[in-house]
Amino acid sequence: MINRRGLAFRLALFVLTSVTAVFLLIFGYSYKTSRDILIGQIEDSASNLAAATVNRIDTVLAAVEKIPQNLACFLETSDFTKSGLLDTLKAVVEDNDDIYGAAVAFEPDMFEPGVSRFAPYFYKSDGYVRYANLASDEYSYFHWDWYQIPRELGCPVWTEPYYDEGAGSIVMSTYSFPFHKTVGGERRLAGIVTADVSLSWLQSLVGAIRIRESGYGFLLSRNGTFVTHPLPRLVMNETIFTIAEARKNPELRRIGREMIQGKTGFVPYRSLFTGKEGWMAFAPLATNGWSLGVLFPRTELMAPVNSLNRTVIILGVMGFAVLIIVIVLVAGTVTKPLRGLAGAAAHIARGRLDAPLPPVRARDEVGELALSFRSMQVCLKKYIDDLTETTAAKERIESELRIAHDIQMGILPKTFPPFPDRREFDLFADLEPAREVGGDLYDFFFLDDRYLCFHVGDVSGKGVPASILMAVTKTLVKAKAAQGMEPHAILRSVNEELAVDNPSCLFVTLFLAVLDVASGSLRYTNGGHNPPVFITTGTPPGFLPGTDGMAMGIDEGFDYRSNEMVLKPGDLLFLYTDGVTEAMDAKKDFYTEDRLKETLSAARDLPVEDLVRSVKESVQEFAGQEPQADDMTMLAFRFRGAED
Amino acid sequence: MAVWTRIFTVVFLFLSFLDPAAMARAEEGPLKRARFLPQWSPQAQFAGYYVAFHKGVYKHHGIDLYIQNGGPGHSPREYLEKGKTDFATLWLATGIEMRAQGVPVVNMAQILQRSALMLVAKKARGIETVADIDGRKIGLWGAVFQVQPRAFFRKFNLQVTVVPQSRSVDLFLRDGVAVASAMWYNEYHTILSSGIDADELTTFFFHDYGLNYPEDGLYALEATWQEDPALCRAFARASLEGWRHAFDHPEEAVDIVMAEMERAHIPATRVHQRWMLDRMKDLMIPADDPDRAPGLLIPADYERVAQGLQALDLIDGIPDFSSFYQACPHD
Repeated sequence: MINRRGLAFRLALFVLTSVTAVFLLIFGYSYKTSRDILIGQIEDSASNLAAATVNRIDTVLAAVEKIPQNLACFLETSDFTKSGLLDTLKAVVEDNDDIYGAAVAFEPDMFEPGVSRFAPYFYKSDGYVRYANLASDEYSYFHWDWYQIPRELGCPVWTEPYYDEGAGSIVMSTYSFPFHKTVGGERRLAGIVTADVSLSWLQSLVGAIRIRESGYGFLLSRNGTFVTHPLPRLVMNETIFTIAEARKNPELRRIGREMIQGKTGFVPYRSLFTGKEGWMAFAPLATNGWSLGVLFPRTELMAPVNSLNRTVIILGVMGFAVLIIVIVLVAGTVTKPLRGLAGAAAHIARGRLDAPLPPVRARDEVGELALSFRSMQVCLKKYIDDLTETTAAKERIESELRIAHDIQMGILPKTFPPFPDRREFDLFADLEPAREVGGDLYDFFFLDDRYLCFHVGDVSGKGVPASILMAVTKTLVKAKAAQGMEPHAILRSVNEELAVDNPSCLFVTLFLAVLDVASGSLRYTNGGHNPPVFITTGTPPGFLPGTDGMAMGIDEGFDYRSNEMVLKPGDLLFLYTDGVTEAMDAKKDFYTEDRLKETLSAARDLPVEDLVRSVKESVQEFAGQEPQADDMTMLAFRFRGAED
Repeated sequence: MAVWTRIFTVVFLFLSFLDPAAMARAEEGPLKRARFLPQWSPQAQFAGYYVAFHKGVYKHHGIDLYIQNGGPGHSPREYLEKGKTDFATLWLATGIEMRAQGVPVVNMAQILQRSALMLVAKKARGIETVADIDGRKIGLWGAVFQVQPRAFFRKFNLQVTVVPQSRSVDLFLRDGVAVASAMWYNEYHTILSSGIDADELTTFFFHDYGLNYPEDGLYALEATWQEDPALCRAFARASLEGWRHAFDHPEEAVDIVMAEMERAHIPATRVHQRWMLDRMKDLMIPADDPDRAPGLLIPADYERVAQGLQALDLIDGIPDFSSFYQACPHD
């Protein structure tokens, strides 16, 4: 499919595909690297921010912790009166802005023997410091977390955050510090000193954390309760675990467990507030084990990287567009002359050799191609001219060959019957040339009234040389025969003439016979030619015995000899050249002497002309479409006997 | 759901047959005013009643009901005794105790069929079996909440240190006690919601240890019952219908409960209330005990709880079941 497109298209496709791949690779690497760097920086700053905030909170809470500690120290080391205790407690609440209220809650009989419970409490309300005794009938403080937990654990604790409706529904947490007395030599728990802290400052502090647009901080208590969060409905209502349950988010539960277990971390986190992806750094408060989370929104922090990437992509797309234009232009300038050449080639193919070629501008490969094309055009033109001339010459030669053929055929006797006034014999001959000019020959003529000479020959080779030699041979034979020589003498004489100065080494086979038409006496000699077929009454066709002669033109002094036989009336001689017996069919099989004898046997009683025609048809039928390879010459002679 | 619907239909028809005139009166006459006190502040433990109220089921049954605020300082026992309310939810143990102690209350419908009270311990503290509890500090709530635990300790011969348990589970979470009391539908989920996984806890459901003391039921003074039994039956019937609606439409029920909690200024957590509602369904219609149905008080349960109270010397004699459980004319 691609291969059918233009060169410009393919060039653009491959180049742009490669460029795109390279660009994407570089872009991906750059994106990942810059992202990783940025995330690393975010993690650092998130952890730093969390640590710094935790420090600030811990500093305040640690200062608050000092108050009950000091008070406990005072209670453990001094003998105090009730009024002294109340004054001290009141002063503590008055003097410390960070605390909302403070109490000293006694174990039974530890304030005074017989007093089962006593818990003076000072707290701020409407700008005044007010007093209350927590030990009322309705309020048994022994089973409240702020008292019971440090009592059972024997160590100071921060309570879970709680709403204090009396203080105007603000979130509070109480720091409880156990103090002891030695009674009867035994150190016993005497009570719990507490300081209530409003967490509104803490909520403001954590609430002030803003990272870009939507980053925020939040605080979890030890139980995972949200102490602060931008979503007010979460605060004091939900724990991170109930949110995880509601949102079916086990990952959030896992993070929550890490947070309340006092671990520090940096994790991917989806904002509960905006629902956006981000990261969260978390760190525990050293004082009360609560956990601060700081949320860093991904999209906003990744904005520089994303902006950079957008720019890179835009630049990439623009570069891509420029590249397309450049490639199309370059490909266009490259392929335009090519297209011109292709068009010119089409014209040339249709014969317009002078079709104009596109102009050559650059000396590049295409320019060279155009030059080569021009040179090819010139050469082609010259070649076509030459070819035209050559063809004309060939046509002339062929015309001359046709004339030569006509001449050659003209020198063969072609009038049948040849001697209408002679009744002693019938004779018919035919020469079917393989090419325009052949090398076969035949002739017959009376030497005088009584002796008839006839012969059939075959010159080696074909074409004009053969035909000339054929003409020479025919002339020589006729000339020698006219001198009244015996057949073998004729051949010897002709052979001598031919063998002298025969540089082409052409040779001639020839069968020659002289018949006494009066007596039927036949003298013949064979110079390397196919033996003629002899047919006499009552016997199948057979070959005339040979005379052991060789072809003429080779051995100048060769001694030929003649045979003699007497023909009876009705006897038939059939002379032929090897064009008959060696005619080939499509399978390259020869016609053969045997097949010839069969044909002759069937046609033996026909008039000589029909007999020759019958053989010729048989051979042609045998050869089928196979072209004729050699001249085919036949001469049939039937002796009738002398006239009565 | 089909089983549930069928059970309700049975109970509904059952109650209707007791007083064929009730329906007619409900739709014709003026609404009768009545007060109802749940034994605790609004939460899904009482979803059925709030749903019935907000969906107009009580009105449909001819009652203009006023649901009073439950919670600390609002003891249903005291409210019933002093006539400050007409109807209240009580634990079965409390109801038997009151009747045995001369406060003649009647059970109009036993809502829960299975006790939700349980003990919870952290596996990390080495408690995996009942025997591991021996010698530990255990957080227990007061009064009626201690009946099953004490029977449990006696049954398994456990010597433990009892620490009064407050309303929060923080003491347990901070390992101030090794074992804590919990209601399956409430504190147990609070513990899970404080970041402790269920597989980190060992649980002991009392009903698994032959101490099934089913809790919430609907109660009135016998005098109230005798004065207007039709009203009492209508109240019980409407309440059960409210429960059925709550279980069929849990999200709507949780919405109603959440709104009630907000009105009472109580921190509300939706998943917690949903958990509570789902567990109430499990406790009212135990999947593995098809003989039970909400509203029915099974005599065997009554006997078990009464004998448990007697064993702890909390009551002297066992009150007559037939006069205690008025909604069930089994005899």
